[in-house]
Amino acid sequence: MKTVTVSGKTIEEAKANALLELSIEEDQLEYELVQVPVKGFLGLFKGKPAIIEAKVKQDPTKEAAAFLTQVLKEMGTKAEIEITEKKKEVLFDIQGEDLGVLIGKRGKTLDSLEYLVNLAANRYSDKYSHITLDAENYRERRREALQQLAARLADKARKTKRKVVLEPMSSRERKIIHAALQNEKDIETASEGKEPHRYVAIFLSKK
Amino acid sequence: MKELVETIARALVDHPEHVNVSEEQQRETRVITLSVHKEDMGKVIGKQGKVATAIRSVVYAAASQQHQHVRLEIAD
Repeated sequence: MKTVTVSGKTIEEAKANALLELSIEEDQLEYELVQVPVKGFLGLFKGKPAIIEAKVKQDPTKEAAAFLTQVLKEMGTKAEIEITEKKKEVLFDIQGEDLGVLIGKRGKTLDSLEYLVNLAANRYSDKYSHITLDAENYRERRREALQQLAARLADKARKTKRKVVLEPMSSRERKIIHAALQNEKDIETASEGKEPHRYVAIFLSKK
Repeated sequence: MKELVETIARALVDHPEHVNVSEEQQRETRVITLSVHKEDMGKVIGKQGKVATAIRSVVYAAASQQHQHVRLEIAD
């Protein structure tokens, strides 16, 4: 990342010079003081200028949005991102036509994009912010589908009195299954296997 | 496809100026080779190849939409 070293008679002047050099606004400036200015005295002592090391402050959300916009364009899709920020969560909703290609089979492409967007967003940032990607309300539709699947497989476990095993899923999807069956007193769930092939097992609780 | 791989790789590495992508047609398959700075290998591959898998799935999705057959290789 670009860092510039600038000086001025005072810290304020050095900061102003840094803004000019980086052509940014004051709220984007991040700097470290390298040398505290010392005033000269009647020409007897030479003063020292203020020196700062300045760089552009990174905004993870903005970086991520710019990255995703570029990726979507180069994937050949016509889509825009709507950003919603709430507390520590940021939602990027991809809007456009024919977004099936961005979602992929069981959301594989959307999950991959989400993973890459988060890597890009947090590359320079020390505070980790999580970005969720969605398109065509996929996340909500998938949640409902998984909840129905969970209920159906719990019934199967009851009928057969045997453990029912689901296909491998991401931790986010496994969590939805666990939560869906949390209040079923006679049913227990557990995640088994190793990533990336970890899956949920549904079985009857032993009494 | 080349630009897409470049964009993704540049956003992940510490030395974006060392990101290099070349393309080559091998029969029906377009082979894209990504090379990065030595220190950045881990950043484009990830633990258990997680990052590489994610890059591939995005690139293959884009290629399939354009009815292209693409393979992404990471040069060491």
